[in-house]
Amino acid sequence: GQCGNQVGCRFWDLALREHAAVNKKGIYDEALSSFFRNVDTRSGGDGPDIYKGKICSLKARALLIDMEEGVVNEILQGPLRDLFDSKQLITDVSGSGNNWAVGHKLYGYQYRENIVEKLRKTAEHCDCLQCFFIIHSMGGGTGSGLGTFVLNVLEDEFPEVYRFVTSVYPSGEDDVITSPYNSVLAMKELNEHADCVLPIENESLFDIVNKIHQMISSGKLGSTVKQNSLVTSSAGSARTVQEKPFDAMNNIVANLLLNLTSSARFEGSLNMDLNEISMNLVPFPRLHYLVSSLTPLYTLADVNVPSRRLDQMFSDAFSRDHQLIQADPKHSLYLACALLVRGNVQVSDLRRNIERLKPSLHFVSWNQEGWKTGLCSVPPVGHSHSLLALANNTCVKPTFTELKDRFMKLYKKKAHLHHYLHIDGMEQSCFSEAISSLSDLIEEYNELDATKGGPRTDPSRLEIAI
Amino acid sequence: MSIVTVQLGQCGNQIGREVFNAICSDVHGTHGLCSKKENESYRDACKERFFCEEETEVPVARAVLVDMEPKVISQTLSMAARSGYWKYDDRSRFCQKQGSGNNWANGYSVHGPRHKEVIMNLVQKEAEKCDRLGGFFTIMSMAGGTGSGLGAFVTQCLRDAFPTSFILNHVIWPYGTGEVIVQNYNSVLTLSHLYQSSDAILVHENDVIHKICSQLMNIKQISFRDVNQVIAHQLGSVFQPTYTAEGGLHYSRNPLGDLMETLVPHPEFKMLGLRNIPQMPENSLAYSTFSWPGLIKHLRQMLIANAKMEEGIDWQVQPPSRLLPPLQPFPNRPLHFNTSIANLVILRGKDTHGVDLGSFQDPSLYTSWLNPRDAFNAWKTPRAFNKYEKSASLVSNSQFLLKPLDNVVGKAWNMFASKAYIHQYTKFGIEEEDFLDSFTALEQVISSYTIL
Repeated sequence: GQCGNQVGCRFWDLALREHAAVNKKGIYDEALSSFFRNVDTRSGGDGPDIYKGKICSLKARALLIDMEEGVVNEILQGPLRDLFDSKQLITDVSGSGNNWAVGHKLYGYQYRENIVEKLRKTAEHCDCLQCFFIIHSMGGGTGSGLGTFVLNVLEDEFPEVYRFVTSVYPSGEDDVITSPYNSVLAMKELNEHADCVLPIENESLFDIVNKIHQMISSGKLGSTVKQNSLVTSSAGSARTVQEKPFDAMNNIVANLLLNLTSSARFEGSLNMDLNEISMNLVPFPRLHYLVSSLTPLYTLADVNVPSRRLDQMFSDAFSRDHQLIQADPKHSLYLACALLVRGNVQVSDLRRNIERLKPSLHFVSWNQEGWKTGLCSVPPVGHSHSLLALANNTCVKPTFTELKDRFMKLYKKKAHLHHYLHIDGMEQSCFSEAISSLSDLIEEYNELDATKGGPRTDPSRLEIAI
Repeated sequence: MSIVTVQLGQCGNQIGREVFNAICSDVHGTHGLCSKKENESYRDACKERFFCEEETEVPVARAVLVDMEPKVISQTLSMAARSGYWKYDDRSRFCQKQGSGNNWANGYSVHGPRHKEVIMNLVQKEAEKCDRLGGFFTIMSMAGGTGSGLGAFVTQCLRDAFPTSFILNHVIWPYGTGEVIVQNYNSVLTLSHLYQSSDAILVHENDVIHKICSQLMNIKQISFRDVNQVIAHQLGSVFQPTYTAEGGLHYSRNPLGDLMETLVPHPEFKMLGLRNIPQMPENSLAYSTFSWPGLIKHLRQMLIANAKMEEGIDWQVQPPSRLLPPLQPFPNRPLHFNTSIANLVILRGKDTHGVDLGSFQDPSLYTSWLNPRDAFNAWKTPRAFNKYEKSASLVSNSQFLLKPLDNVVGKAWNMFASKAYIHQYTKFGIEEEDFLDSFTALEQVISSYTIL
């Protein structure tokens, strides 16, 4: 969809920038191979993959899917055009009309074979396929409908490969009236077929962008901020034309994905791979929604960073205004928390900050010391260190309850339902099952919240006869 | 006799490299403080134990490197080669791409069987390079997926393939406040399985070593490398050559066998703790002198009071009075008095002959069912270790690890009661019954150590 492809475009751009900063010799290495193929294009067209040696032509390991052509065409005409070839695209002309049913049932059915074939092709180019990332929005028709259809296909065709989904949730003031329908219908698919979901809310991205603008224009720190360190910036990337309106917000999401995968790509003293994220942060299969936060949002140009500032980075990771959804993890219940640190940070810094912050956080009774930590030596561009925090926390609940409320407002009046029901394969039961799935999920979070602050009785241990 | 080291997972490989580094730099160091002849004997004994001599190149470590992802092994191999003093055999490695995901079941039930043949072939090759195989030393962490799960599987394979060889597992206990959320599950599964195939389990706790780094070594920003180097120093202080008999003429040639013989009289008791003093920043070494009586006194009190390092020792703790009948549980026995099954003290450096170790033979230190004469042993060498003029180590089979073990089992049980994360394990073939078996096995070990 549109959102997925726009975020994706920023992702590929910033990924190239990140690898270029580290890989000075232009050698195709393991780190690059996680996201890119190295293709011999000298003989014109798509040559064989080159596994070692100098970089010839990098191709993104990606599939770009949209049911209208505008966004994808723009990417193919822009500075990143050489990263993709026609075999990686699935497009149509008329779009999904902001209708989940059109995306999922109509186009899903129509394009299934094409999707499977292209997925197989990209998988064949990998000597060890570990994970699929899906980037989409929940509120529209393609990203939401066809996107979750692809999620199903991934589970069917590649059951052993992890499915990470980055989902942009619509805000209350979303101008797509039917976004609650699309989102709830998509939620059911995410509940059942995703391994991990990273929900993102535009409002939060917008607030972060504003915060940075304010900080820069206030003049206090403006001149000393490293431009390429802004979590919203495209500085130093291939995008040299004027930035598009959503670029700053999309860059944040792109940075999220880069940081998430940094320890899998680059070395460190305590590596954290993607399958470890799923293993440690998903205690029960359906509770796989992770709240993320990125810090710092910018770096000042001065080189000496006292540890106070390092500690501030940790504090910020838990503050409400650094979260990528409208949530306050500090006042809700943690099931698990992961900290992935990049750059010049050592284990003692991690330990010190965990000890410091722990008392103010509420962890579920059976996971009082539930921390997953990773240390990656390579910092992001423009920073000396950074932190990605991922929390499995009941603070996602409000996002879901509000979604449910908006859905019910429309559903009670049967508003716009006919647009969905006349699509082949759609029935009333699709809606009732979807809302039921969402309600169950909310109920699970409610039950967990009820345990918060309650008395703690540890279960009695096994007794051994002496 | 030679020891083959098996480095498993990120932790195992990172520590393994530091161990070989420490051993090598000790051997090449000029602070042996002994005669040239002594030094040469020491060096030869060390080489036989840990390295394979190639004709013109640097010595090659007798090691097999195993990991389920490639980055750490690459780094380990290149850092070793860069030292210029030693290296690994490039072919003696096995890695995959996707890692174990911190999932014990993945390491044990999937990677283990799948790669058993290749890994055991590498081990076999290393074993064949030894004139006489003294046993296996595996290095792993308990918290993750590869070192712990695959490590437990490989240990089992070693036991099956080499039924008469000694196997010592060096296991790293993760930080209490968590490096991996499912670390307690992984730990419980690892320890219970190792208990079946291993001869002894030598433990290092990250929290303890971290404290040594901050309080004794004065390191401000402690990295895992710092932690690993302290661990390597402590291991070196145990495994570098020694004379195991008073007046012995040759360096002992069977370190693992000797260790098992002195410390593991009964298969129910396999948990070994390690203490080494003194520990200090390298630039302080020149300004410090120690006396053996002082070091022995501290080491003994560390044993009795279960102190993890030489600062903050509780001197109030004393062994129970001998006036009470020995078999009755001592009613006022302070809960933190550490009862031992067996102890081994290793002294390295100046004037080790004639050091009085009688205080370690006090029967009140030990459980009643062993003769204190058998329960205590001392190994010595006049050759100083790693620039320390005097260095004393204690390897102890005692209640040292009782509390940490109890903590880990308690936390794991607490999580198990809520069934959290269990689906991640059943996905790869480890069921609830397997967990229960492991819990039972460890509660048994805890119980045995408690009633010492």
